Amino acid sequence: MKTELKCHKGTGSKVQGEALVANDNFSARYDLDRIKGIFSRPAHKLVGQSYVDKILVLNTAKGGVASAWMLHEMKARGIAPKAILFNSANTILVQGAALADMTLCDRFEDGDVTTLIKTGDQVVVDPEQGLVSILFKE
Amino acid sequence: MKLTVEEKAMLAGEMGEPKRWAIEHMLRVGQVFDATDLVPVSQAHMMGDTESLGIAGVEFLESLASHPQEQRRVSVPMITDPRGVDLSYYKELGQTETMAELERRTITACEKLGILMTDTCINYQTVMPPVLGDHVAFGDTGVVIYSNSVLGTRSNFEGGPSALAAGLSGRTPRYGLHLDQNRKATKRFVVRHQPVGLTDWGVLGGLIGRLSGSYWEVPVVEGLKMIPTSDQLKHFGAAMASFGSTPLFHLVGITPEAQALADVCRDRIPDAQDITREDLEAFRGNFGTKGDKVDVVVFAAPQLSLIEMSQVAELIYGKRIHKDTALIVCTSPGVAADCDRMGITDRIEASGAKVLRGTCFYNQYARELGEANNWKSLLSNSAKIVNIISGYGYQPALSSMEECIDSAVAGEIV
Repeated sequence: MKTELKCHKGTGSKVQGEALVANDNFSARYDLDRIKGIFSRPAHKLVGQSYVDKILVLNTAKGGVASAWMLHEMKARGIAPKAILFNSANTILVQGAALADMTLCDRFEDGDVTTLIKTGDQVVVDPEQGLVSILFKE
Repeated sequence: MKLTVEEKAMLAGEMGEPKRWAIEHMLRVGQVFDATDLVPVSQAHMMGDTESLGIAGVEFLESLASHPQEQRRVSVPMITDPRGVDLSYYKELGQTETMAELERRTITACEKLGILMTDTCINYQTVMPPVLGDHVAFGDTGVVIYSNSVLGTRSNFEGGPSALAAGLSGRTPRYGLHLDQNRKATKRFVVRHQPVGLTDWGVLGGLIGRLSGSYWEVPVVEGLKMIPTSDQLKHFGAAMASFGSTPLFHLVGITPEAQALADVCRDRIPDAQDITREDLEAFRGNFGTKGDKVDVVVFAAPQLSLIEMSQVAELIYGKRIHKDTALIVCTSPGVAADCDRMGITDRIEASGAKVLRGTCFYNQYARELGEANNWKSLLSNSAKIVNIISGYGYQPALSSMEECIDSAVAGEIV
């Protein structure tokens, strides 16, 4: 069984991976230990969890402009998420994803993406089509 | 997206690789935000500290800077946000030669691109404040929110890559806050308890940012009974942008687009939400308790204006900070030069404090800085920095400028 979620056209290439989901927000500077590849901010719902090669699913982007260079830097070292899905991205994350060639989509038609996708789901993100497919586990 | 003849020539590579990359980058970003064309900008301001850039970012700048002179120079005035290393004081802070070397390479590359190394997040106070209706491409959320709100400028949050693309091409995609319809209020707050000092303004801004909660919300604020100073609005906006990713606010009767509430409302006036003394105290209560030991006191985020520098000097002169506590003051190289000339730097540093030039505490490898100096507990008067710094392994606390200095002297929160 497959569920398809329609979203706005995004940036980056088509990818498949395992979802890591939280109803929380995102800043590469505020929330991450980018050397270890984990969420490090004590107040973040994903604190201690690895984001490496995950499809991150979060509510919105917050805070500063640094995330733009940081996505590029994380991708270059290979310690980065495969894709980020937001209910609503901000300009910085889109700009950073565009430089890093990281997959990013937002604005889902069926409601809150942090409830539509569960941690552990296998997900295919197609930013060109604005389509996210959930391949449920057996 | 519709491109002009000149923009098409840039995209085709006829004006060199740097401008070709710039247009291609803007097309990628513009399609996500449904931009229909590009808008000319009068200035660009780039965030590019080496901690964020990393080796990959520095190499990217160097690759652009390797092109012939006539192809690589920026087309509009372009300046920089604070850097990651104060090259006159990095060894003493425990920063490494590797960090300093990345910094030197970044500066060399930026200068080859024609970028002015202002290294400041208070350019709206010190360099060339933009004017009402002026389209710009500013990095640093504090710079953008101040310029949009207080000056009526048109800017999105431009991350480093996009600010660079704007500087090279002289344009940015027309979306977000470049469009008048996105500058109207979506949330309305009434302040029932008046802010006094800079920290109060930061707390008020931080709370409104948290309640606004996204880049696409525009808060309008009523109930303020005074005309705030530029420094107060600086802390207000920086905290709001930090807590909420908010790029624009309106203060009725104060900021230029909101002479009356109706000016910033579309068809419907948003419902009002009160901000009470209790709300502000609850927000502030998350940060620090009297008697807690303080490892480092930080004045930064945003960098201090000349006026704030003189206030710190007045409060600290003749005092000596505690032997187990450090006090760091971050300002722009331009303001620091004025402070040197006026004796302000000497008065601050006679206490044992240190004035850093062209950096801001949280974007100068804060994690490594904490580890090298054994700094865990951090006290500041900036609501923005206490929001940011916990991800870097610090336990932050918030006090007024006066209490921060008294705490630095006592070695604990007073």
